[in-house]
Amino acid sequence: MKKVKVYVTLRESVLDPQGSAVMGALHSMNYNEVKDVRIGKFLELQIEESDRDLDVLVKEMCEKLLTNTVIEDYRYDVEEAVTK
Amino acid sequence: MKFAVIVFPGSNCDLDMYHAIKDELGEEVDYVWHDQTDLSDYDGILLPGGFAYGDYLRCGAISRFSNVMSEVIKAAEAGKPVLGVCNGFQVLTEAGLLPGALLRNKNLKFMCRTVDLKIVNNETLFTSKYVKDEVIQIPIAHGEGNYYCDEETLASLKENNQIVFTYASENPNGSMEDIAGIINEKGNVLGMMPHPERAANDIMGGSDGLALFKSIVKQWRESHVSHA
Repeated sequence: MKKVKVYVTLRESVLDPQGSAVMGALHSMNYNEVKDVRIGKFLELQIEESDRDLDVLVKEMCEKLLTNTVIEDYRYDVEEAVTK
Repeated sequence: MKFAVIVFPGSNCDLDMYHAIKDELGEEVDYVWHDQTDLSDYDGILLPGGFAYGDYLRCGAISRFSNVMSEVIKAAEAGKPVLGVCNGFQVLTEAGLLPGALLRNKNLKFMCRTVDLKIVNNETLFTSKYVKDEVIQIPIAHGEGNYYCDEETLASLKENNQIVFTYASENPNGSMEDIAGIINEKGNVLGMMPHPERAANDIMGGSDGLALFKSIVKQWRESHVSHA
């Protein structure tokens, strides 16, 4: 079993109003060092090993459903899943 | 003319759409559940507003893979009129039937009020009963209606006259170029954030939306009149 962590963020060219609102809040709390905040999504997938290539599989899922590539970028990490 | 109102789990403007077609327009209409696999009986497809599949993940993302959507794509390819309003517009962009995407409103607020809408293109099967540059009043109700596409797409939308509606006096959501509704290149798939079905009778506060549905029927009648 693999644990795949997928990070989805709005593309750089897309305005992130949620991120801007949070940055405004941080500034009002005197954290003026913060120069940008982007809010995204984090998805954790547990994927069983199969004869299908994991990278191909994850990319397919990301581009078909998990992200909208018109507005979003994604990246992912693969880890060994710890089974209980 | 026979319309289908597609009902996804989470649609909530399906009744308004049904009412506008049946009671105000006087045409045939059925609710069609999202798992249906045949739309061949219908002449026009309507995707109503709401929160299809709860809008989990992204607006319209999950509904795009429901059974009925492959039929909606077929109907669109066959040239049938397909109208997506609000969440329906989001579903159409996710399905790739319209370019671009809908982002969170720029001010992060859910906007619910009547807005001024300018008819930019009245030469579509959805807008022939309006006058070019006419300003009409149509209600909006959305949190993610901020239309976005890349520069290249925007240039082709302009070049092909695919921008059908723009917000006239104020842009409620920060959409690019004040875009409120666009059509596909072929001219039979329209997506719009404002709700024409909620402006179908004066007792609802206005009837400016009814001409959109009348335009669809007019075009359909003209192309289906017996040539005998």
